[in-house]
Amino acid sequence: MTGPHPASPADRPAWDLRACYRRGELSPSEVVDAVLRRIEAVEPQVRAYLYLDADAARREAAQWDRAAGAEDAPPLAGVPVALKDNLCTRGVPTTAGSRILEGFRPPYDATVVTRLRRAGAIVLGKTNCDEFAMGSSTENSAFGPTRNPWDPDRVPGGSSGGSAAAVAAGEATLALGSDTGGSIREPGAFCGVVGLKPTYGRVSRYGLIAFASSLDQIGPLAQDVRDAALLLREIAGRDPADATSAEVEVPDYPTLLTGRVAGLRLGVVREFLEGGLDPGVADAVGEAIRALERSGARRVDVSLPHAPYALPAYYIVAPAEASSNLARYAGVLYGHRTAQATDLIGMYARTRNEGFGAEVKRRIMLGTYALSAGYYDAFYLRAQRVRELIRREFVQALEDVDVLVGPVSPTPAFPLGERVEDPLEMYLADVFTVPLNLAGLPGVSVPCGFAGDLPIGLQIAGRAFGEATVLNTAYALERALAAPARRPRVVAAAERRSSPA
Amino acid sequence: MSGSAAVGVYETVIGLEVHVQLSTQSKMFCGCACTFGAPPNTLTCPVCLGLPGALPVLNRKAVELGVRAALVLNCTVRPESRFHRKNYYYPDIPKDYQISQYQYTGHPPLATDGALALEAGGGTRRVGIRRVHLEEDTGKLVHAGGRSLVDYNRSGMPLMEIVSEPDLRSPEEARLFLTRLRAVLQYAGVTTGRMEEGTLRCDANVSLREPGGPHGIRTEIKNMNSLRSVERALRFEEARQRDLVARGAAVVQETRHWDEARGLTFSSREKEEAQDYRYFPEPDLLPVCVDAAWIERIRRDIPELPEARRRRFVETHGLPEHDAGLLTETRPMAEFFEETVRLFGHPKTVANWLVGDIAAYMNAAGVEIEEIAVRPAALAGLLTLIDRGTISGRSAKEVLDEMLRTGRTADEIVRERGLVQISDTDELARLVDAAIAENPGPVGDVKAGKDRAVTFLVGQVMKKSRGRANPEMVNRLLRDRIGAS
Repeated sequence: MTGPHPASPADRPAWDLRACYRRGELSPSEVVDAVLRRIEAVEPQVRAYLYLDADAARREAAQWDRAAGAEDAPPLAGVPVALKDNLCTRGVPTTAGSRILEGFRPPYDATVVTRLRRAGAIVLGKTNCDEFAMGSSTENSAFGPTRNPWDPDRVPGGSSGGSAAAVAAGEATLALGSDTGGSIREPGAFCGVVGLKPTYGRVSRYGLIAFASSLDQIGPLAQDVRDAALLLREIAGRDPADATSAEVEVPDYPTLLTGRVAGLRLGVVREFLEGGLDPGVADAVGEAIRALERSGARRVDVSLPHAPYALPAYYIVAPAEASSNLARYAGVLYGHRTAQATDLIGMYARTRNEGFGAEVKRRIMLGTYALSAGYYDAFYLRAQRVRELIRREFVQALEDVDVLVGPVSPTPAFPLGERVEDPLEMYLADVFTVPLNLAGLPGVSVPCGFAGDLPIGLQIAGRAFGEATVLNTAYALERALAAPARRPRVVAAAERRSSPA
Repeated sequence: MSGSAAVGVYETVIGLEVHVQLSTQSKMFCGCACTFGAPPNTLTCPVCLGLPGALPVLNRKAVELGVRAALVLNCTVRPESRFHRKNYYYPDIPKDYQISQYQYTGHPPLATDGALALEAGGGTRRVGIRRVHLEEDTGKLVHAGGRSLVDYNRSGMPLMEIVSEPDLRSPEEARLFLTRLRAVLQYAGVTTGRMEEGTLRCDANVSLREPGGPHGIRTEIKNMNSLRSVERALRFEEARQRDLVARGAAVVQETRHWDEARGLTFSSREKEEAQDYRYFPEPDLLPVCVDAAWIERIRRDIPELPEARRRRFVETHGLPEHDAGLLTETRPMAEFFEETVRLFGHPKTVANWLVGDIAAYMNAAGVEIEEIAVRPAALAGLLTLIDRGTISGRSAKEVLDEMLRTGRTADEIVRERGLVQISDTDELARLVDAAIAENPGPVGDVKAGKDRAVTFLVGQVMKKSRGRANPEMVNRLLRDRIGAS
């Protein structure tokens, strides 16, 4: 957001808070108080948080009040952040949205949490998500759904719906989510915030409760592109505790945001604009592409013929890995254990039956089946081959263009309850985001307009470890589109209630 | 298989699956220490407890030791291998999957196609090694007071599995193979190879067949906890199968447990339909890449192997082949020998005591050299006392016996028991004169040239001195005094 900033510190981006701290115009305590007031005002409707520790946040803020304005203050000093509840936090409840982990307090912090703390961030709490990050609406949380701040009758997207809604509603300045098939980008689009899924290996997964290990990535949700760049810089980089984290240098993402896209080859993916696209989404995406062209980017039409096979391949690979990753939730060492069992098998069966929700069970069964002797070749192995084809196709396309663009999701945020009974319909929300997870490539969802009152996101994908280019393209778009004067409905209502008549 | 007449011609076919714990400082996929005997659940962390969000990181040293083992077993090290997940539910495996390099379509294990040479019956037999792979150990279930407890100290310990080809033809040969394999791995510094501590475990596949014919139905034998029990269990199983075949009955493919106390194998009655472990590549780990340069570095670091050490013992220490073979059978024994020689300096004497009294004690007590109470310095101390003439050889055996039982030093025991040898000529002369006076008959025999009578008189003097007299001096004095030499 480059326009004038709103009155509440809860709505200011992190880079702006930092400037305010420097100038002594605001203190971390004032910011945290403003955010906590906002939470109090909107949370009854939004329900973004599963766990909130206001006292701890206030204490931490007070500790930063003097230091946050210093020249050598760490980059996120005094900035309130929210963490998706599938990120382990030492001594703080971590459920991944599941009954089976109710009451579980990890004895350790995820690497990203350690890095955020080192960068001075204040952890507000843990945000709601689909159970074990399996879902596209946050309706699969065992603890009830989160609602979209733009329209509380609609979903915020998922699975990182709590993180996206929190940022959209000013309930956190920054948030972390995780993205296995679109779980950062889709809620980012639905809630009108920036969401980035980094390249596989860019951010350590240590301490991220695994859904599908070869697809999961942690990434930022932020009010604007600069904030997303800032947050990515703090969490990215090799971690000895994650063998799949890459030994690739981390650029100073914020300073690489020039907004210049002259000559940038903009690959418009034909398959992403075909059939079933909501007209509002098509319009906003079309306008975004034209805006980038006006800024000097060169449109190149690209075809990715295997992209339509991404969703079916994903629904083999992801459940297969999940069926193994979730086996440990069996009532032995931690989490829920049934009170009913008399023998070992009974304990496993009842514990898991009581602890897991319907969608998680569905995917465990799908994955178990796909890995079974006699079906392995036909399902898992074939899906991995399709995955490799898709990866090659994307990598090849990105030799001829600098970024690939298209819609994040075929529709804007849909009404709560609309798709819960129809898993296939729900899965289709991720049809454009899933290919990047299969290919391991980075993608950002950046707000590009509205369909009615609902935000729309443009997806910009790039080469492996090409986050800087992806973010800069998003930044160019953010500047090219007039900053919307609109605010999420629940926020506007809360402000009206609190401002003197 | 049918017809009892044919039973005699059947040959026994044995293949071994050997698990060894690698001698690394830390576990396979985390930094927890690999220590034996620590209090339960003190060597654990989020990774080896399988906590949500924890990830494995491969211990490079474990790969190195795996490659080292592969090299000493003449295997082909695969430039790229992968870990897989073996999925099954059990409380001792906290993730409910085991990370292993079990062979899987298209992905070879760490190393394949090796061989170990056995010297048997004057010739050399080549036993094929099918594969060598790495995996993590499970925790340990402890059943006590009607409850089941789990100790996760062992969870994630680095294991290597070595699978032989079914090239072994008798229980004796299987034992010899296992002994040789253990020695080679110990020498290479790959494992401590202690079956009692579980750092070496062995399962066996046993079947019968007509020579050169197709393999018969095999049984898998588990729970063999010593070299001796491997041989006993296989001998039992071989006989059991031969008996079945002789009676025209079928061998059932099953897992059987060895019962050491009862001396038999019994069916574990596990469901024999193959469990579906749903193997798939471990996505949390990168492929294991071992390039030629790394292999060369590992090869250069391999310590001296048993064969080379045996030759060296013969050539530089002048030991008989037989002694050198016994002393190099395990690495701790060879090291015990060398350390004692370093302190004492008479290799043949040291070898005599080790393969003699000490080996006899170890056999009787069923312990390994590293478990006995006597350390090389203590043995060298004893041998020095003999060498200096402080104690007699006969007293020395007595002293060693007490050293082995109590762990005390030879000096202490000798002083306490007053075993210092009498080499004082005057004192000995008194004893010799007394013996001459008391035994006129034998003295006469000596004078008559019956040399055997000298031995009798020496014995009398020794008795009077309670074994402390220096026998050589007694002999000389007797002859001098009787004037018969």
